[in-house]
Amino acid sequence: MGSISNASLTARDLACIRGDRLLFSGLDLVLPPGGGALVTGPNGAGKTSLLRVIAGLLPAQSGAVDVAGRIAFAGEAAALDRTLPLFRALLYWARLDGCGADAVAQALDAMALSPIADVPVRMLSTGQSKRAALARVIAGSADIWLLDEPANGLDTDSRTRLETAIADHRAHGGIAIAATHQPLAIADAQAIAIGEAA
Amino acid sequence: MSALLAIARRDLTHSLTGSGWVMPLIFFLLVATLFPFAIGPDPAILGPVGGGALWTAALLAAMLPIDRLIAPDRDMGIFDQYAVRGISEEVVALAKIGAHWISFGPPLMLAALPASALLGMEAESLWRLEAGLALGSLGLAALAVTVSALVAGLRGGSALAGLLMLPLAVPVLIFGAGALDELQRGAFALLGASALVLVAIAPFATGAAIRAMRE
Repeated sequence: MGSISNASLTARDLACIRGDRLLFSGLDLVLPPGGGALVTGPNGAGKTSLLRVIAGLLPAQSGAVDVAGRIAFAGEAAALDRTLPLFRALLYWARLDGCGADAVAQALDAMALSPIADVPVRMLSTGQSKRAALARVIAGSADIWLLDEPANGLDTDSRTRLETAIADHRAHGGIAIAATHQPLAIADAQAIAIGEAA
Repeated sequence: MSALLAIARRDLTHSLTGSGWVMPLIFFLLVATLFPFAIGPDPAILGPVGGGALWTAALLAAMLPIDRLIAPDRDMGIFDQYAVRGISEEVVALAKIGAHWISFGPPLMLAALPASALLGMEAESLWRLEAGLALGSLGLAALAVTVSALVAGLRGGSALAGLLMLPLAVPVLIFGAGALDELQRGAFALLGASALVLVAIAPFATGAAIRAMRE
């Protein structure tokens, strides 16, 4: 949030093999500042693996990913300390990202979590912890957002908030890639369909 | 550097607010209490073996926290978040080792005071035990974090952890117990050396294990 970022992301000829199965190959992706992409495909097709390859968490079988800018990753696990109040759990990551309490407060507000900022993370519902993970991404003010099933467990209002947050992020020059099998409105998003031909 | 401190502070807060640091301490004191029951309360017999018994207890106590050092963070996706932020696995490992030592070593040295009284140890041996524990607990803490990373996510991991950890901890035990004897002058140096070897290897072994578990 705030400053205009100069992020870009280029992936060339990516291939990923998990176990003995080729998940995808020859995948190209070019995202300029403000770019967005929507990764779709059936369960187990490799949506998560693609995001993890881009995040540098998995090695690509072939191809290369060029990233300019900081990455924020919201995966399956929220990565928030279960015993801490939500605010302090988020603040830990925000501090590591070089942000402060005000960024966390804004992110909580954006995801409508402010009323439960003092509730321990372990008490949150599925949808609430998903929103908390998204708040972690928003608070970190990274340039590139990698969101794995961000709309899972979200109600209609929260999904709208997520879409607004993504639009806002892209308006400031950020990049967002979401892997989802739920409808998610990302304007002018590049569509990446994985595993449908196989 | 700031990431190292932040991670270490988080881990330390975790083990101090959770009761993680108490368990090894209670276990250590329990063994010290059991020993006189098994061997008999005669100070002439207990005194000479007491130090060795406490070293064995320290070794076993070091194994207790293994299942909570790495596995919970792995399940919560914490390591993925560190990696995405470009914090190297070795730095994470170093922070974890430091935090674990602080919550393990000093409490153990504190517990050695009543434990040595229970076993009727002399003041001279107590001093040697404390100095030995200060060095040895560093190696044991480093080893515990490494083994914890190696077995995280494995079924039956805690049984395997014992098999991995105890043989590697044997040098610490031998030289630690040896240092209790004032005639074995080199024992302290060798204890320090074996602890430092463990500390030197641990960040890299732990880092590699954390990377491997992402697959």
